[in-house]
Amino acid sequence: MIEVEQLTRYFQDFPALRDITARIDDGEIVGFLGLNGAGKTTMLRILAGLLPPSAGCVRINGVDLDDAPASFRKRIGFLPDEPPLYREMRVQEYLVWCGQIKGCSRQQARENVTSVMQTCGIADVADHVIDELSFGFRKRVGIAQAIMHRPQLVILDEPIGGLDPVQIVEMRDVVRNLSRESTVLLSSHILSEITQTCHRILVLHRGKLVASGTEHDLAGDATAGIQLDLTLRTTSAQLEQTLSRLAYVEHPTIAPGASDAEIDVRLSLKDDARDRLVAALVGDDIGVLRVERAKSELETIFMKLTQETHVADTAQSGRGAA
Amino acid sequence: MNGLLLVARRELGSFTNSLWGYGIVAAILVIDGLLFNAFALGNTPRLSSEVLRQFFYFSFGTTLIASVFLTMRVVAEERQTGTMQLLESSPLEEWQLVVGKWLSAMGVLGVLTLLTAYMPALIFINGKVAVGHIVAGYVGLLLVGSAATAIGTFGSALARSQLVAAVISAALITFFVIVWLLAKITDPPLATVFTYLAFFDQHFSPFMKGRINTEDIVFFVTTTTGFLLLATRWLSARRWR
Repeated sequence: MIEVEQLTRYFQDFPALRDITARIDDGEIVGFLGLNGAGKTTMLRILAGLLPPSAGCVRINGVDLDDAPASFRKRIGFLPDEPPLYREMRVQEYLVWCGQIKGCSRQQARENVTSVMQTCGIADVADHVIDELSFGFRKRVGIAQAIMHRPQLVILDEPIGGLDPVQIVEMRDVVRNLSRESTVLLSSHILSEITQTCHRILVLHRGKLVASGTEHDLAGDATAGIQLDLTLRTTSAQLEQTLSRLAYVEHPTIAPGASDAEIDVRLSLKDDARDRLVAALVGDDIGVLRVERAKSELETIFMKLTQETHVADTAQSGRGAA
Repeated sequence: MNGLLLVARRELGSFTNSLWGYGIVAAILVIDGLLFNAFALGNTPRLSSEVLRQFFYFSFGTTLIASVFLTMRVVAEERQTGTMQLLESSPLEEWQLVVGKWLSAMGVLGVLTLLTAYMPALIFINGKVAVGHIVAGYVGLLLVGSAATAIGTFGSALARSQLVAAVISAALITFFVIVWLLAKITDPPLATVFTYLAFFDQHFSPFMKGRINTEDIVFFVTTTTGFLLLATRWLSARRWR
C-alpha cells in the first residue's frame, strides 16, 4: 500500500504541491490528471524517490522515503516521459543491466527478463540495438526497465505520449498487465486515456488534490448526474413528449441526425437512470440506435473541478487581501 | 561494490561501442607519435635518456588532454539523454556512480598509455635506457592521468552539457599545470601552497627523470580522491534537494 501524507513541495517560494494526502491500495491503477503545471510530474518524481518533499511523507508498505531512501527506491520502478535508454545497448542486455542496477543478482535479472519482455511485448526485439527501434517499442523498453526488479510500485509519466493510436491500444494492455504484480501510477493529459486505463483518478490542480475517485464518482461529485449522447429513430415532437414525463432527465438538446428519420440528443440524468430511460424510450416505440456517455463528459467534470478550485482560491486570496 | 562495477562495465561498453573512445585513443596516439618523432627523436643526436625525458614531457600533456575528452561525457551525457533519472531512481549510491565512471575512463586511459609503449621501445634500436626509468615515467603518467580523470569526472558532474564539462575540466587542469606561475608572484605561505599544487613542476618532473617519490604518489592519490569526493558530494546534494 502507498501512503502519502500531507505532501508538500516548494520550488523556492512556489508551492508545486500542497498538502496532498492519498492512499493507494495494492494492484490499483491510479491516474494523475491535471493541466500542465498542476503538479503531476512533481508528485511522480517524489514518489519515484527523485525529489525530496518539503514536508509530509511517502511510504510504500511502511517504508518511508525519508528514513530509507535506498530501500524505498528498490520498491519502485519509474518511467519518465522520455524513456531513459542507453541506445547503443541491445534490448535484453540493457534490461538485465537495469535489473542488476536496481538490486537483482545477475541470475535473478536473467530469469526476470524473459517474462518482462513478454509482458511488454518486446520479446521479438530482444537482440535489437535500442537505437534501431521505433518510438513505440522504445517506450515499451522503458516500461520493461521499470519492472525488471519486480517493484511494488510502477510509476509511468505520460506513458502514451507520442504514441500512435495502435500503439496506445497496445500500451493499455501492457499497463493492465502490470497491475497483476504491482500498483501502477500514471499521469496523462489525455482524459479518455485515464478513464480507460485507470481504476481510480486523482485530479490535481495548482498543486492541490481537488478530487479523487472513479470517473463515475467524479461525475457524481461534479455534475451530480450522467451526461448521455443518444441517436434515436423518432421525431423531435414525440421525443419531447416522452422526455417531459421523465423527471430524472435534464437539459435535453435535440439536433438533426444522419438521416431524416434520426435525431441526435444530448441529455443529463440526475442519477444513473440509464436503464429506466431506455425502457421509457422503447416503451414509447422510439428506436434507440445509440446510447453512450457523452464524450466530453470527463472534460466537463475536469473543467468544473478545476474552475471550482480556481474560484475558491481566488475568493480565499481576496479575503486574505481584505 | 556491485553497483560500481556495473556502472564501470556499462561505461566501458559505451566507449567500445562508439567511435568516441576509439577516436580519442587514435587522435592522441597520432599526436604522441608526431611529437615523439619531431621533437623527442629530432634530427640531431642526443642522449637516450634525454629522448625518453622528452617523450614523457609530451605524454604528460597528451594524457591531460585525453583525460578531458574521455571524462567530459561520463556524467553530463547521462543528464543530457535523461538516463540520469534511471540511475537516480535506483538504489545506486552516488560514490558508486562516480567511482564507476572514473574507473572506466581510467581503463581507457590506461590502455591508451600502454599503447604508447612502442615509442620508448624504439629507443632501444639505437640507444639504451634503464627500464626503471621507463617504468617510473609510466607510473607518473598513470598517476597524473588518474588525478586528471578525477578532475574531469568532477567537471562532468557539475555541468549539464558535455561542452561545459570539458571547459570546466580543462580550466581546472590548466590551473594545476600553470599554478607555479602564481607561486612566482605571491609571497609565502601562498607561494608554498601554489608550488605544492603544481602538477608538472613539483610532482611529475621527478617521474620524468626516472624517480618515484612517495610524496608525489601521495599528492596524486590525494588529488584523485579529493575530486572524486567532491563529485560524489555534488551529485548527492543535487539528487536530494
